[in-house]
Amino acid sequence: MSTWNMITFQDSNSLYSDNLISFHDFIMLFIIMIISLTLFFIVDLMLNKFMNLLLLKNHMIEIIWTLIPMFILMMICYPSLKILYFIDEMFNPYFSIKAIGHQWYWSYEYPEFNNYEINCYMNNYMNKNQFRLLETDNRLIIPFKISLRLLVSSVDVIHSWTIQSLGIKVDAVPGRINQLNLFSIRPGLFFGQCSEICGINHSFMPIMLESTSYFNFINWMNNNNN
Amino acid sequence: MVKYTQLGNATTLETPADLKPKTAPYDPRFPNQNQTRYCYTSYLDFHRCKKRHSEEYEACKYFKKVYTAMCPLAWTTNWDEQIENGNFPGDI
Ligand SMILES: [Cu+2]
Repeated sequence: MSTWNMITFQDSNSLYSDNLISFHDFIMLFIIMIISLTLFFIVDLMLNKFMNLLLLKNHMIEIIWTLIPMFILMMICYPSLKILYFIDEMFNPYFSIKAIGHQWYWSYEYPEFNNYEINCYMNNYMNKNQFRLLETDNRLIIPFKISLRLLVSSVDVIHSWTIQSLGIKVDAVPGRINQLNLFSIRPGLFFGQCSEICGINHSFMPIMLESTSYFNFINWMNNNNN
Repeated sequence: MVKYTQLGNATTLETPADLKPKTAPYDPRFPNQNQTRYCYTSYLDFHRCKKRHSEEYEACKYFKKVYTAMCPLAWTTNWDEQIENGNFPGDI
């Protein structure tokens, strides 16, 4: 989760997140190179006294500064598209979970477990030993290292379901079902918030995901269904 | 780090015996992120199959499994109601 004074990404908990973080670092490489080169040129031009009176055109330099950015953009675009299509892919899901956005809470359905349904409202901040605006009364519980299908939809306005450390975010559009692969590589608690302005309580519909072992998950599910 | 190219291969972890894929499989008719048609088509398929055979017929059970996995509960209860009242817009 995010903490105070945090400037980097949240700790990665999925392959998507790993890919996105290394892609971010890769782009930063180019940005820093371009910025420092440009700054160097600006400072150098302002401080020296050279002048080229007869400079009207220079085709060679025009070609160079058109081609180099082109290759840089191509190098950025290839991994970007690759990650985009990788996140789109479904990897043999074991079961499906439906996340439905409401004004203003999330509800989840487990169709393969007797259509088990939970509503997740935000906890009020009565207990000081909890994360304010992030904890919900019920959690979305999933087993880790098992590929799941997440179907996101809404019943009223557009919401957006996201877990940062899993590197996934998808809009919940009424009348439409969006699919994502939900895969967590370690157990823990992960947080997200609705990411599409959806009304007055938009800030108060957090997403709390508990990733646990398959054994614990089944025990929890059996207790629910009894 | 887990290699993503190995995702979907047999795992080396000890998995419980009852852990099998039991949801709607990937359908090449719906390769996109938008799965709305997958839900609606299998709902129609189930009711056409039910009309032709019966609810206990093996193929119909498969369609039922798919649409319960893909459709939000609110949608299917709504459609069931419409079928009961005879004002369901789909061609069954
Ligand atoms: Cu919302």
